[in-house]
Amino acid sequence: MCLASALVTVYNQMVMNATALDSTFAALADPTRRAILARLAAGEASVGELAAPFAMSQPAVSKHLRVLERAGLISRGRAAQRRPCRLEASALRVATDWLDALRRHWEESYQRLDALLEEMKAAEAGGQRRGGKP
Amino acid sequence: MTNQLVLTTPSAREIVLSRSFDAPRRMVFDAFSKPELLVRWYGANGWQLVVCEMDLRVGGTWRYVSEGPHGATMGQSGTYLEITPPERLVVTELFDDQSYPGETTITHEFIEQDERTTVETTLLFATPVGREIVLGYPMARGVSESYERLSEVLADMQT
Repeated sequence: MCLASALVTVYNQMVMNATALDSTFAALADPTRRAILARLAAGEASVGELAAPFAMSQPAVSKHLRVLERAGLISRGRAAQRRPCRLEASALRVATDWLDALRRHWEESYQRLDALLEEMKAAEAGGQRRGGKP
Repeated sequence: MTNQLVLTTPSAREIVLSRSFDAPRRMVFDAFSKPELLVRWYGANGWQLVVCEMDLRVGGTWRYVSEGPHGATMGQSGTYLEITPPERLVVTELFDDQSYPGETTITHEFIEQDERTTVETTLLFATPVGREIVLGYPMARGVSESYERLSEVLADMQT
């Protein structure tokens, strides 16, 4: 598949997920929920296991889990007692891919800006040497 | 010492990018506001500004066109809302192939301390970011397949 058609495929997939993405980003705006996702990136966990590091009650954690589940970011197993939470990578991936593209745009731009600023500083220092004290 | 780019998402409509530079802010501000300087650094690797027009006054317009791999082009333009050299620059931004209405407001703050400058850029989207992304922001780059980046991105968002 060529790059152009790959991009079209991704784009179409993203358009279909537009509304889902709204809730994805709303879900990601909260630091506790991001921490929960980071924990789940390491493997599935029960509500109790997720609540432990957060000094939070299980019902409070469950509330965050419901937001994450609605956003399609996690799914929950059906095993009656434990109901382990699992990260749903694809929903998050569309969001993180986009953030990643944005980050790379600025990161790579800024690396070039570093070099330009060095050049500007050197030119200014050189100009001052030639022209004496500014 | 490396100057890391820090990306945060403080609300559903905002993305904040922060980065430090080893230069006084008047220089950094110039690099953002003079076309002959901006063309030398703006764009992801493989992308180059081929049009860079700036009517640098409040209410004036700007326009960039970038050329990338395989002849891809990307146009973006907007209006200057606030110009306070060397500390603040506020503009609106709209991409050419943006099908969803709504401009993004971009605020660059230039903060100087000990001859170093931190640029804090806030992207305020007209609608929640998810919608803006899928309908508006051109996916100018290939999509990363790296699943490992996931926890990295999440970790960065924490900071």
